[in-house]
Amino acid sequence: MTLFETIYATPPALTAHAPILVIAGPLIGACAAALSPGSRTGWVISVLTAAFAFWMSVAVAGEIAREGVVGYALGGFAPPMGIALRIDAMGATMALLISSVGLLGALYSGHALASEVRPEKHILFQSGYLLCLAGFLGLVFTGDAFNAFVFLEVSSIGTYALVAVGESQGRRALPAAFTYLIFGTVGATFYVLGVGFLYAATGTLNMVDMAARLATLGGEPPVQAGVAFILTGLGVKAAMFPLHGWLPGAYAGAPSLIAMFLAATATKSAIYLMLRYLFDVFPADGAFTGLFLNWILAPMAAAAVLVCSVQAILENDVRRMLAFSSVAQVGFILLGVSLAGPAGLSAGVFYLLAHALMKGALFMAIGAFATSVRARSLDEFAGIARDAPWSAAAFAVGAASLAGIPLTMGFLAKWTLMQAALEAGAIWVVVVLALGSLLTLIYVGRVVEALFFRPATPGSQRAREAPVGVLAPLLVLAGFSLWFGVDSFLPESLANASAAALLGAAP
Amino acid sequence: MNPALTHLNYLVVIVLMMTGLFIVFSTANLIKRMIGVAMFQTSTGFFFISLAKVSGGTAAITIDAASKEGRVLAAEAGAAYVQQFGVDGVVYSNPLPHVLILTAIVVGVATLSVGLAIAVRLREAYGTVEADEIEAISRKDAVQAGPAP
Repeated sequence: MTLFETIYATPPALTAHAPILVIAGPLIGACAAALSPGSRTGWVISVLTAAFAFWMSVAVAGEIAREGVVGYALGGFAPPMGIALRIDAMGATMALLISSVGLLGALYSGHALASEVRPEKHILFQSGYLLCLAGFLGLVFTGDAFNAFVFLEVSSIGTYALVAVGESQGRRALPAAFTYLIFGTVGATFYVLGVGFLYAATGTLNMVDMAARLATLGGEPPVQAGVAFILTGLGVKAAMFPLHGWLPGAYAGAPSLIAMFLAATATKSAIYLMLRYLFDVFPADGAFTGLFLNWILAPMAAAAVLVCSVQAILENDVRRMLAFSSVAQVGFILLGVSLAGPAGLSAGVFYLLAHALMKGALFMAIGAFATSVRARSLDEFAGIARDAPWSAAAFAVGAASLAGIPLTMGFLAKWTLMQAALEAGAIWVVVVLALGSLLTLIYVGRVVEALFFRPATPGSQRAREAPVGVLAPLLVLAGFSLWFGVDSFLPESLANASAAALLGAAP
Repeated sequence: MNPALTHLNYLVVIVLMMTGLFIVFSTANLIKRMIGVAMFQTSTGFFFISLAKVSGGTAAITIDAASKEGRVLAAEAGAAYVQQFGVDGVVYSNPLPHVLILTAIVVGVATLSVGLAIAVRLREAYGTVEADEIEAISRKDAVQAGPAP
């Protein structure tokens, strides 16, 4: 595979243990950050750790380019007995996404935190941030069903606390964090219950073993119950349409760095785990997964696209608008997945990458505005572009990508999705996609119009351009959406390799 | 045997689980909601543990037949049994779910403490732990924050 070779520059001496270092690095960093004497030290630790995790993820991706699949037995106990990490192209793709966004977020936090989080919370904030990073990276690397639950909860507990930290800007973050906690915990418990059923049926927790035994078991009642519980639980975490109630409040209340990080990684890693189960663990020809894809996932995803896009249009609070948009965009991703073929799956993964980058850029831009003005509603965003042109330009790029304007990654993502739907002969999916894109254009257009073309409300605060430390990561993230819109080699090959890995014969 | 008795563990788990879930969604009191969540999580623990239990099973510990415990066990199991399976063959419960639930309990306690901590902050910020009252106050907040502050 040439694709990974392009991103794999120098073979580090740490390659052999890279899979575990990706997870252990941020975990140790989280402890170190919590003990750091000042917020500046905490930030440096956070940046260094995130950079290390990114470096190791690249090393793992390079290893996968040569081997196809990388296994790592934790503590030297061989897989069927011990807990194993198992990384394929899909896991490596997710790790690259999570660790690169994590690194940009860590860099960005240096200046952005000051305006959104109380100074005495900065050190703990960095610690929680690294904890989340470790959880998400562990989730995409693990090959053990129960281990995935633990990582899911490690990351979630971090995010509950980080959303609650948003109270520095307004107390509405607190009820949002509490709701998120209740939803998230019930979802995770559903997941672990499903794992219990599958364990009872198969006697193993290792995903590879589980897949092999499920293939011979067929659809016995405990297996069906397990499948239902797991998919429902992960649906909550992934903000799948009727289970998304926690998301708008959490995104709106959280500091923008966390909204960015959650939008780019939290729901995405839950979607990853759902894909892992749907295509790797559950038998491919199992009637119940086909049933789920066709009769639950596809209609719910379509409903998400339409209903939540309309909700986003009706919303006046820009953060909540983007949050509803996130639920709608998860619908786009899952629509691609529900097509189930290699084309649809690849389009879904490509859309996942595109959405992570563009929604990340949008929330980061909002954070950049927040360094000087406290803008929430659409009216308060009016005319900011004149005072903060660079941040506003980055916002516009993200918005254009979200709406699917040509020459952006979002356009390519929607295009490949439509092609896949046409190929699969699912005309209704094409119609939903087209409608959804139109609705997206409307709500995104409203914000961009306010930013660029409306005069500032008289008497409102004047915005200032964000400091370089905030602007640089923002421009890099927005630049990705433009760059991959022109030269989509990297994300496209990652998406194709992921789809091939998911649909590959044995997991 | 009556299926209601052979599946008693599942019945208990289902009742506990639904009670927990019902508490979560029926009460407005945040503390009670956390209690519901804790019950819900604990019932999952019961489910795993009851799966693992083998009737008459002991802990999964390798025993030296010549040791004192080994002799006691051998006497209990009977000579014929020991001849067939050895003392190690003594029936034992599956230890893996116990380990899993030990981890799940730790996770549950962490979630519970974060949840209660947020509830404490909510009480400080809103002066109440009733979800409906908090919502009413939030709505008032949103109206006041309407025009630029």
